[in-house]
Amino acid sequence: MLIAMDAHTIAQGARSVLDALKRDLEMASLSNEVKIVETGSLGIYNKGVVLVVFPENVYYIGVKVEDVADIVSEHLIKGRIVERLRYVDIPQMEPGKKGGEVARFGKQVRVVLKNAGVIDPESIEEYIAHDGYEALGKALTEMTPEQVIKVVKESGIQGRGGAFFPAGLKWSFAAAEKSDVKYIICNADEGEPGTFKDRLILEGDPHSIIEGMTLAAYAVGATEGFIYIRGEYKMSIDRLNKAIAQAHENGLLGEKLFGTDFSFDLQVREGAGAYICGEETALIESIEGKRGEPRDKPPFPPKEGLWGKPTIVNNVETLANIPQIILNGADWYRKLGTPDSPGTKVFTMVGNINNPGLIEVPLGITLREIIYDIGHGIPDGKGFKLAQMGGTTGGILTQEHLDLPMTVENLREIGAGLGSGALLVVDEEKDIVDLVENFVEFFNHESCGKCTMCREGNGRLLDLLQRINAGEGKKSDLDLMLELAETMKTSAFCGLGQAAPVPILGCLKYFRDDFIKKIENLSPAEAA
Amino acid sequence: MDHITVTIDGAKVTVPQGATVLEAAEKANIKIPRLCYHPDLPPVSACRLCVVEIEGDRMLRTSCSWKCQDGMKINTKSQIVRRSRKMALELILSRHPMLCTECTRNNNCELQSTADQLGMTETRFEYHARPGDIDDSSAVLVRDPAKCILCRRCIQTCELVQSVSAIGLEGRGYDVWVDTPFGKGLDDIACVSCGQCINRCPVGALYEKDHISRVWDALDDPKKHVVVQTAPAVRASIGESFGLPAGSLVTDKMVTGLRMLGFDKVFDTDFTADLTIVEEGTELIGRINNGGTLPLLTSCSPGWINFIEHFYPQLLPHVSSCKSPQQMFGALAKTYYAEKNGIDPQDIYVVSIMPCTAKKYECQRPEMSSSGYQDVDAVLTTRELAKMMKQVGIDLPALEPGNYDEPLGISTGAAVIFGNTGGVMEAALRSVYEIVTKKPLDNVEITAVRGMEGVREAEIDLDGLKVKAAVANGLANARMLMEKIVAGEADYHFVEIMACPGGCIGGGGQPMPTSEEIRKKRVEAIFAADRANTIRKSHENPAVLKLYEEWLGEPNGHKAHELLHTHYTKKSVYKETVA
Repeated sequence: MLIAMDAHTIAQGARSVLDALKRDLEMASLSNEVKIVETGSLGIYNKGVVLVVFPENVYYIGVKVEDVADIVSEHLIKGRIVERLRYVDIPQMEPGKKGGEVARFGKQVRVVLKNAGVIDPESIEEYIAHDGYEALGKALTEMTPEQVIKVVKESGIQGRGGAFFPAGLKWSFAAAEKSDVKYIICNADEGEPGTFKDRLILEGDPHSIIEGMTLAAYAVGATEGFIYIRGEYKMSIDRLNKAIAQAHENGLLGEKLFGTDFSFDLQVREGAGAYICGEETALIESIEGKRGEPRDKPPFPPKEGLWGKPTIVNNVETLANIPQIILNGADWYRKLGTPDSPGTKVFTMVGNINNPGLIEVPLGITLREIIYDIGHGIPDGKGFKLAQMGGTTGGILTQEHLDLPMTVENLREIGAGLGSGALLVVDEEKDIVDLVENFVEFFNHESCGKCTMCREGNGRLLDLLQRINAGEGKKSDLDLMLELAETMKTSAFCGLGQAAPVPILGCLKYFRDDFIKKIENLSPAEAA
Repeated sequence: MDHITVTIDGAKVTVPQGATVLEAAEKANIKIPRLCYHPDLPPVSACRLCVVEIEGDRMLRTSCSWKCQDGMKINTKSQIVRRSRKMALELILSRHPMLCTECTRNNNCELQSTADQLGMTETRFEYHARPGDIDDSSAVLVRDPAKCILCRRCIQTCELVQSVSAIGLEGRGYDVWVDTPFGKGLDDIACVSCGQCINRCPVGALYEKDHISRVWDALDDPKKHVVVQTAPAVRASIGESFGLPAGSLVTDKMVTGLRMLGFDKVFDTDFTADLTIVEEGTELIGRINNGGTLPLLTSCSPGWINFIEHFYPQLLPHVSSCKSPQQMFGALAKTYYAEKNGIDPQDIYVVSIMPCTAKKYECQRPEMSSSGYQDVDAVLTTRELAKMMKQVGIDLPALEPGNYDEPLGISTGAAVIFGNTGGVMEAALRSVYEIVTKKPLDNVEITAVRGMEGVREAEIDLDGLKVKAAVANGLANARMLMEKIVAGEADYHFVEIMACPGGCIGGGGQPMPTSEEIRKKRVEAIFAADRANTIRKSHENPAVLKLYEEWLGEPNGHKAHELLHTHYTKKSVYKETVA
């Protein structure tokens, strides 16, 4: 029996349910018959405590302490499924097999999430039993660092933090630097509203990150690593620290790994909650103990990063892909996704969607498939207005983009991007100006304050939006907003300030009338 | 390839490898507007005023930080560039109080001149005040966050030039402001009062505490006998406040201007600079001969004294017990001069004209009243003196030359070089050589200790006795030397430290703007003043010799110690934690 023990389900009472289960199993003398595996997220979100009973593969959702007696006496003892708790709307999980056959979960293809919800994330033995650390052993004993970089380059994997820079190329830059010290940093400062993929990867499969980082370190010649993680991610931090300790005990971190001369160690650094610290150079400043602010680039971190040394900063999801790529090869990876956007992408679906949560799909999938097939559509039969792809800085996608294959280049062409993989679905009844005001409020709060464009620009955009929303706007405000947003896009210091106006520009482009209506102060009836 | 060629607005410019776009533009005679960039500091690319368009790049780039590449095509005046700069400035202006006529920087403000350059006619955003309260807790500096444009020059100056880090950024987003740690106020933290932040502030967010009104009050008071002393560096810089080029030496015009303001006597701090050399030189010889604490550290720079009291109190026994020339002057004015001229010291009001802001702190230290009164009553910075003159319509460049009054106006070339980094060292060595060897020094120009480098070392042979000397200017450089001394890796005899870059000529009270280029010109003017003096060794100053003969007795003697020497206090970073 699997019980999802992620931060979300724990908040819904998973711990009490677990205690009750253990107690009832004991009383029924079933403790030796039923093994409870505390696992990471099962990809089911907003449905309370989630359990899966094998071999029947029955999902129970919204399980409360008082339901436990039923599950034990009815299902486990009598073999009768407790229908009132059963979640039927769920595809069959098909675990991956040795030799590279990927795990599937309905339309989902699971590379990064192959272990999440399958193994006990606190058990290194289970990770190892699922091919864990095999890629590391292979790389260290059979491959040169150059070969590791070659495979990663050939796989075509692009950084999953949002910028989609080719990971292998980034590694080769750091590998080419001559330096006594180099660093690998895992960027786990997941701060995009609506994004929780990194948390669920870390909670569900922490060893995959350690293995990915160690492989990166071997490839570029680093000996020290940091996992920079949001301080709020308490469970991820606990599980990472446990995993690091286990890796040490098993000789998978530390000196002379796999009997080679390669040594690598890493530590967890907790962020204090600033969104900007997800930007790699601000993250580096923060690790150095300074105020989290972005640095001027160039030089880029692979040349001059943490404490001035060559540094690779990779996102959690990128690193989680690496062991699988090394184990199964570049060609295997390229079979997933499209030629220009290979691999899978983890999305978090939020907003007006029936089945919100975490999914992993091959790139090239359409928005329609994600929203309507996997996400089960929009609640109450309402129509689709827009989707924001990639977090708060993401571009705006409308009706006309529903059948556009989601690839890096397709989205770039329309001024959007995959970003962090957060997918915010908005139904036809939502107020666009409210929505945009909400985005800008976030940036106004999260701007580090360093450059004029972002610091003052977001403040002024918010001011203008509030005015329009209060029915006190002027038509010239829209022109000023547009001019300001365009200027921020070309002239702000860092990615935050440059991307902050993207959703506004999108909304002004596709839904300008919604703004005009507010300015002309029309009631919804008049507007109609 | 040492040089590369770029095209700026259609014109080809050749620049050294590594040059920024801003530097290349200057070479092409294009002044790109900028507010956060300062030639003394690394670029922070914060204000976004200096953006340019680079062919093939979809982003605009800040020319202060963007490096030229061979063949690069740069457009500094395209529509998108002009629009972006104007928007950036509009955003900055809309958070600035626009009380120009009430501001200390009126007509000398980079924001004002940039708005003029860009032809700003309106700001489309309503005024939103910036957060942060006025901090006037310090005796020297005032910080007004309402006027701040968040260029960070002050933060960088304090951290990188001075290694003090008394101020930093607080808050985030729309409401960031510059503040002291925990908002304690400058008086409560380890601010050394050097005023370098003021020198680099583009607007009026940082300025010195005004002493002008108290000086007018004294001048207006018929009972007061108001005497003024002028520090060496002021004569080489005050002309800049009146539009003269940097490096203009205006000593005699300044003397006339001071008389016109109504000072009863116009004296020269150079007189007590010579006296300092005699006292400090004697102290050095004494320490070398008697196995005293070495190296001996100079004590003329009050910002430096604050620094060592805060950060290296364990090294205080190294510091010369000599008061600074300003304070020696004050003590003598209210004793020796008063006595000789039959004036009640209570009625004497001593004003200093200083290139320095920390002197305002120094004059009110409790140790500095050996005359029985506060020895120096008011300190005007070079900038403040220029303002006073302008207030009454004194046009300095047009004035007839005047001479200092005697006897406290008589000085040597060795005194005037106190204004330059290395000057105290050079002046001391000129005298120490002759006192130790009893031989005349043929070439008085000891170039080994001259220059603008942050730390300079030299070994001077005094007829067999080798004196190892080090000179540092800027407190970050001083800190490096102190670390060496703490680590026991320094075998110097004598170390000169000046808190400000270039020494007093780069002081925190000097006219703005400042840059290495401007400071070098002032240095040259000071050396010219030295060369123009017929007497170039302090111990040959006839007025100083007479002072010892008729009044003080021996150098380092009892009376000298009473009036001309002092002691120092260990300070902590925060007041309440002082041990």
